[in-house]
Amino acid sequence: MSRTPLDTVEHAAATPDVELPWAELGLKKDEYERVVEILGRRPTGAELAMYSVMWSEHCSYKSSKVHLRQFGEKAPQSDALLVGIGENAGVVDVGQGYAVTFKVESHNHPSYVEPYQGAATGVGGIVRDIIAMGARPVAVVDPLRFGAADHPDTKRVLPGVVAGIGGYGNCLGLPNIGGEVVFDACYQGNPLVNAGAIGVMRHEDIHLAKASGAGNKVILYGARTGGDGIGGASILASETFDDAKPSKRPAVQVGDPFQEKLLIECTLEAFKEKLVVGIQDLGAAGLSCATSELASNGSGGMRVTLDDVPLRDSTLSPEEILMSESQERMCAVVEPEKVDRFLEICDKWDVIATVIGEVTDGDRLEIYWHGGKIVDVDPRTVAHDGPVYERPYARPSWQDELQADDANKLPRPGTSEELKQQVLQLVSSPNQASKKWITSQYDHFVQGNTVLAQPEDSGMIRIDEETGLGVAIATDGNGRYAKLDPYAGAQLALSEAYRNVATTGAKPLAVSDCLNFGSPEDPAVMWQFAEAIRGLADACQQLGTPVTGGNVSLYNQTGEAAIHPTPVVAVLGVIDDVARRTPVAFQEEGQLLYLLGDTREEFGGSAWSQVVHDHLGGLPPKVDLERERLLAEILISASRDGMIDSAHDLSDGGLIQAVVESALLGGKGARLVVPDGLDACTFLFSESAGRAVVAVPRSEELRFNDMCGARGLPVTRIGVVDGDSVELQGEFELSLEELRTAHEETIPALLK
Amino acid sequence: MARVVVDVMLKPEILDPQGQAVQRALPRLGFDGISDVRQGKRFELEVEGPVDEAALARIHDLAESFLANTVIEDFTVKIEEVAEAVK
Repeated sequence: MSRTPLDTVEHAAATPDVELPWAELGLKKDEYERVVEILGRRPTGAELAMYSVMWSEHCSYKSSKVHLRQFGEKAPQSDALLVGIGENAGVVDVGQGYAVTFKVESHNHPSYVEPYQGAATGVGGIVRDIIAMGARPVAVVDPLRFGAADHPDTKRVLPGVVAGIGGYGNCLGLPNIGGEVVFDACYQGNPLVNAGAIGVMRHEDIHLAKASGAGNKVILYGARTGGDGIGGASILASETFDDAKPSKRPAVQVGDPFQEKLLIECTLEAFKEKLVVGIQDLGAAGLSCATSELASNGSGGMRVTLDDVPLRDSTLSPEEILMSESQERMCAVVEPEKVDRFLEICDKWDVIATVIGEVTDGDRLEIYWHGGKIVDVDPRTVAHDGPVYERPYARPSWQDELQADDANKLPRPGTSEELKQQVLQLVSSPNQASKKWITSQYDHFVQGNTVLAQPEDSGMIRIDEETGLGVAIATDGNGRYAKLDPYAGAQLALSEAYRNVATTGAKPLAVSDCLNFGSPEDPAVMWQFAEAIRGLADACQQLGTPVTGGNVSLYNQTGEAAIHPTPVVAVLGVIDDVARRTPVAFQEEGQLLYLLGDTREEFGGSAWSQVVHDHLGGLPPKVDLERERLLAEILISASRDGMIDSAHDLSDGGLIQAVVESALLGGKGARLVVPDGLDACTFLFSESAGRAVVAVPRSEELRFNDMCGARGLPVTRIGVVDGDSVELQGEFELSLEELRTAHEETIPALLK
Repeated sequence: MARVVVDVMLKPEILDPQGQAVQRALPRLGFDGISDVRQGKRFELEVEGPVDEAALARIHDLAESFLANTVIEDFTVKIEEVAEAVK
């Protein structure tokens, strides 16, 4: 076997005419030419590997950057924000000296290729982002989107994804407290597997991804590096699936949650002893990303000896080592005199740790292999100066037609019997049905601090046992609304998550987002993306909740068919005492049901229009952020002062969906009356935003009404908690048993 | 009657946490000299009728679609003669 000479920097300079496979690595011609221009010579194979993964859409945000800037430019003044966009995850002050870090990311494409491992490593990746900030992970959430519920491929993808999330999260001992599951044919072939995590630390424990101080050592620790996921970043995450190229398939990573658990404990112990100057997890683009980001965020350069990287497979080439996405690895920068202690801690936890390089005085990232210098670059050009595209965008020609197809003109139920049937049809439809089959595969209560988990409006975790301080998180996103109007759709996603957090009694503080869209090369998709960001940034500014970080997932499309634009928004809130939380379930018979907010005829994008009429058209519900803020204040005050015993936000499915869920969870029925001025269909199914249903004990009725009246929030008494059925006076009565069957048997039957 | 054996192994480049756990345990238990362990699955299928090409093709199909996850695993199919009842 003949060996080609090592492609060192010298070799590259001496052989300018060697053709490199830049196109196969996903670089465009002009991008490759820029690399040559930056370096003043052709790149070595290793340099090309680094540039190609770091300049991929997934890592460089080259199509989205120009729009994402708005999150910074429009960021509201917030005292709570300790670390903003740009780090591994944002950090928020929640009081009593505690800081909370949280983030949502996508792992969509890998989860389609290999559902179990794709979803599992998605959880692993987001958890490492949390550790890298210095925090102990305390909970995970998973917003999921699948194709049509009855499509055969959903039966392949969904159980794998759910088992992967459960398997990894349960093994780590992290409760899964929230998320969503949505079915829609538009996600066929492009399921969305988003994963979020929350971590808690003391203010002084915040750590950042930077390598400073010449002479400090760079330590790679965790799993050995293998050939898995090579090119995952550039190839898997950044191009549309194309059936003609099955060779892309093997770029799959396998996760090892027990290794990750050791990594968590080992890292936290090293933090506790203040051994770490800078830290970065290895995710997409592996070592290429970690070394170039650490070096470019720090003050100096970095020198790395690739021969010292522990390998699982000794035949790996240096390019492959740099691109490998082997899971459960981290990179720390440690002062020389603390290296021994750091390695001792790793040894104690049975974690392999190796010094692979050091921080230097210069401003170059130099990587050596077998004695030859194979990388010599300015790390900033790799990590931050990637290409930036002003992709053309244009409002799609079909948008007007879609919006003109008014859902309010759909035929309404003519008889009481028809109304009743539509209620059953709605609560048993896959999107509105109970997701217990899925969420029961996750551990909700491990660690003993879970206060609320699905199907509550938000997940809630206690972070201080003495004071009862807790945090709540909700994730929401409605692709149907966003398709009708991406600007309003993104704002409605934020409104709903904000409302969900407040409904449980917590004060919304900050936002993370996962923006899932089709191909940015399609001007219509790019318009949706631009509009959604503009909407979200404007709304965050108005509500005073800054975006702390998140991720963008593009190319969620097969051929011409893009998914609905799906901005998923996570809102984090704080509650002073988790004992004051408000649950969804009805607590006591005789309590009065109040509808907060205004109900209008708003059926555009509604669950009712989908389930009953298989229709998508018109405009989504009107956004009123000031109303959301007022509603949130009322819900938080009412929870703190014990004025309400249960509350449920109204969103997809409308009022009847909320009442049925509260009734089934509490095992207590409700008698409802259609308020004056509304028809029964609008009352039950409209999805007007800024609304919630609350159950008020009779003793609090006066106080509650006075508070709402004084602050100008419309309240309507709509009934009472009573009996073992849900009854709409003069229209129909459905027993809880009948509703439970309809609501809970759908998902198990579909996935049997 | 013939037996067909399907061996399923993780592809070489894929991480094998179970194999690694076994490998780490070996020296602890005093078994030295093993540099790597990969763990797989073995399926023994008792075939009705002759194991002809059609039967093997069928088994290949079922192995590919059901026994192995070919995104991360390889498999081999081989015929194993079952010894007749002892004399």
